[in-house]
Amino acid sequence: MSTTPVRLSRRKLLLGTAAAATSPFWFNIARAQTAPIRIGFPVPLTGPFSSDAQDQVRAAEVAVKEFNDGGGFRGRMAELLVRDDKLNAGEAATRTLELIEKDKVNFVVGSLSAAVQLSVNGVTKERKIIYNSISQSDAINEVKDWSPYTFHEALNPHLTGGAVGRYAFKRFGKRVVFLTADYAYGHEMVRGFQRAGKEFGVETLADIRHPLGAADYSAFLPRIQALKPDVLLFCNFGRDLLNSVKQATEFGLKSTTKFVAPVLLYSARSAGGPEAFEGVVGGTSYYWRLEDTVPSAKAFNDKFRKAHGGAVPSDYGALGYGGVRTVLEAVRNAGTTDSDKVSAAMRQLKYDFYKGPQYYRACDHQSVQSVLIIESKSKNMKDKNDVFDIVSTEPPDEKNLRSCAELGHKA
Amino acid sequence: MRDAFDLVSRHRVAAVVLVLIAFPWVMPYEALAINILIFGLFAVGFNLLFGYTGMLSFGHAAFLGSGSYLAGIAIVHGGWPWYAAIAAGTLGAAVIGLLMGALAIRARGIYFSMVTLALAQCVYYLFYQADSWTGGENGLRGVRVNAIKVFGVELDFVHPMTKYYIVLAFVALALWFVSRVLASPFGAVIETVRENDRRAAACGYDVARTRLVVFVLSAAICGLAGTLRALHLSVVPIESLHYLTSGHAVMMCLLGGMGTFFGPFVGAAVFLYLEDVVTTWTKHWMLVVGVVFIVFVLFFPRGIWGSILHWARRREA
Amino acid sequence: MGEITLNLLLLQAIAGVALGAIFVLLAIGLSLIFGMLGVVNFAHGAFFMVGAYAGVYFYGLSGNFWFSLVLVPLTVGVVGLAVERVLVRPLYGRGIDYPLLLTFGLSYVLVEAIRILFGVEGNPMGPPALLRGAVDIGVGHFPTYRLFLIGATAVIVAALWLFIEKTRFGLIIRAGAQDPEIVRILGIDISRVWLLIFALGIAIAGLSGILAAPTRAVTPEMGIPVLVESFVVTVVGGMGSLAGAVVAGLLVGIVYSMTSLFAPEFAEMSIFALMALVLLLRPQGLFGRTGLFG
Repeated sequence: MSTTPVRLSRRKLLLGTAAAATSPFWFNIARAQTAPIRIGFPVPLTGPFSSDAQDQVRAAEVAVKEFNDGGGFRGRMAELLVRDDKLNAGEAATRTLELIEKDKVNFVVGSLSAAVQLSVNGVTKERKIIYNSISQSDAINEVKDWSPYTFHEALNPHLTGGAVGRYAFKRFGKRVVFLTADYAYGHEMVRGFQRAGKEFGVETLADIRHPLGAADYSAFLPRIQALKPDVLLFCNFGRDLLNSVKQATEFGLKSTTKFVAPVLLYSARSAGGPEAFEGVVGGTSYYWRLEDTVPSAKAFNDKFRKAHGGAVPSDYGALGYGGVRTVLEAVRNAGTTDSDKVSAAMRQLKYDFYKGPQYYRACDHQSVQSVLIIESKSKNMKDKNDVFDIVSTEPPDEKNLRSCAELGHKA
Repeated sequence: MRDAFDLVSRHRVAAVVLVLIAFPWVMPYEALAINILIFGLFAVGFNLLFGYTGMLSFGHAAFLGSGSYLAGIAIVHGGWPWYAAIAAGTLGAAVIGLLMGALAIRARGIYFSMVTLALAQCVYYLFYQADSWTGGENGLRGVRVNAIKVFGVELDFVHPMTKYYIVLAFVALALWFVSRVLASPFGAVIETVRENDRRAAACGYDVARTRLVVFVLSAAICGLAGTLRALHLSVVPIESLHYLTSGHAVMMCLLGGMGTFFGPFVGAAVFLYLEDVVTTWTKHWMLVVGVVFIVFVLFFPRGIWGSILHWARRREA
Repeated sequence: MGEITLNLLLLQAIAGVALGAIFVLLAIGLSLIFGMLGVVNFAHGAFFMVGAYAGVYFYGLSGNFWFSLVLVPLTVGVVGLAVERVLVRPLYGRGIDYPLLLTFGLSYVLVEAIRILFGVEGNPMGPPALLRGAVDIGVGHFPTYRLFLIGATAVIVAALWLFIEKTRFGLIIRAGAQDPEIVRILGIDISRVWLLIFALGIAIAGLSGILAAPTRAVTPEMGIPVLVESFVVTVVGGMGSLAGAVVAGLLVGIVYSMTSLFAPEFAEMSIFALMALVLLLRPQGLFGRTGLFG
């Protein structure tokens, strides 16, 4: 009887130690050392831009594989969680909540529409998760939507419109008409063009707004025919662009007017065919033939070809790669997945991953990068993917962006 | 069995709320459960008009959307506190319901449906064009509600479980209200009007006024659902006002069971859960949704819950 | 706005008529199906889209536009026959809502089926060589194909009118619209009439799809906005009235076109405002009869 208390307490001590050694506390620490780095990737896998979205996924997978093949980050591998946002802002918000609350992602990269990226951003910034947006928007740089966790790898309409305008106005003429899709992206493009046009003395004859997604443009074309501008600027995107260019051609406008579009989407051009886009000039963030002059483009294209059976990446695909790779690179540089430190690391990043030198401007995290001016071609195509000629490249320059003050950021 | 059944139908609101309290624990993530609460309420509001009064509206997105936008505008542009924003959204949707209803009631049958569609599209375009208030196609962003102070207690609205139960509180209140209306003499008049409006008029009831009152109540409930949605997503997408959203209300009601109290909730839950789950299996979820819907229309027109109730009642008899 | 000339106004009006031509064809199909069967066909836009894709397919196979123009309504009409017999027929008598809901679900299925068969990108289709280019019609250059569209629609409408007014089957249709009971009593199998009418309405929708295909992008989603526009036209004209479909189709096309000239952002809203206005002043539509399925 008198030895029992001693035995019990020793047993308790042993049991207690064993329990502590096997407790979840240790498991969690051990797991955290090898927990994957999760990147949420909401993109419109269904809907009109699904082929662009799928290309973004393919390119993002290349970035993840590259990171993991290089050992990851201290043994932690990257993991891409792809979700379908159905090109719908409400759905995107739900998916982002799911990624953050259920899947516990560390970072979010994605989307393919201005409304959707702003909606994703609204959710991520509230929860201090870094979001790198890979599609065009002017609003995401503005102080109202921005946050220290918001990054923008893609171009914005102001920069694109300005770059294309600077190329077009000096070559094709000063009397312009805008055919603008009536939504923020369209208006932002017009603003970018007009600002660039000021220095060339450009005269806006008309800014004709059409409903977003209009199928039939015949109601807008007679007026343009009557105005006979030097340049017709199609401030719309993707299918709208394809439709309006086709129908404007049918109305015989190409004979008197040069067709210019701020963004010539690779997938739209491939779907539309050479005749529809013949002679149209526009801009883009990336075109695979850049590999002829830029070594990092060749490296990226080769990795993509190897992973995807010889296919080449599209413009938005390349953004999927860049968006993910910059985040992972910053994780390595920061030595942690903590959002504040990674954000600081991304701000310091000077990189050349797929198209030439880039960096994120400090005040609004906009990636300062080159803009390619391309012209659609129908002859001398080396293969079915060779749909554009790069006719000019505007080098990266902060001056071409709207100033920090203008966006509402304090110096 | 009969006693249990009776007990549940007499205390249907309490029964539903009990189910909903346990609900988020069986859902894969809370945001989906909250969406189900919101769209469940939306479907219940719609069902008040469709299932109980027999009026098929294609314009109910106008109420969900305007509730969202008005609450959002109150918070983003007006800096109002969350409870004032919810009130503003609900009342605003009711007012829009009054205006739309007054115009639409004059039409009958399929024309009523078409008028609601046309007027709702007008509301859509008006909100779209007023982009300095609504953000236009980009949606209204910045609907941030971080903390909710209630009776001196501060609740973290960003935390998903807390958010769910706060939303549930409002939904429960609204459901209680709907249940009271349906159980009241007015509720009986509503169903009379649906069954035979000429006879109801002959009995001395003001059919047009009844219809208008139900329209406004329905609008208010859908508006409340809209305000909750704005707070949940922190954004008001422009698609909230689009007729495809109205179409979702119809589908949920049919799937769940029109003219039953709990049916629309079941329909919303099944619809949203299916959409969530099917999206991970295949990108052709629209095909699955369409086929399921056709199967229901052909073989289970009472909907899931309606069929269950029917089967349960037949067992009794 | 100083450059608005009479020529521009006329050219704009003609563009409106070409736009309206497609609306006319769609509204005729919808009106036929609603007027005879009381079914609100929510899959009408989807069948329009199916017709466009069928056109792309047959034109791609045969290289002959005219041949495809004949084949498309036939094939789409056969699909319509199957749909009526298998899906819609069980729902007659259950109330107006059920066939409507069924066709709503059907539209989802059709869109996704086309996505699976043809992909999501869209398949462009150009006009046949004969109809390419633009002609100078005095007030400006106008695409030849759209002039053909106006002409083709006029021919189709005339043919339908002859069919309904002058043939025995047309007589049965008119009688059936007025009083299906009596027609049955007279020994005519009304369900077979309904089957053929449904198929005819769907076939016209498919035909309008291939006719419209060279003027716009052929994508799986192309039928969605078209559906709502067709409802607007059918309601403005009066559901169940063919004359109404023609007049309203042209009216809506011209209203859209002229609004696009002066206030393009309101172009889409203008047709809904028109519909609301007509419904409030004359709820049965311009040519509709009061009490018919109301």
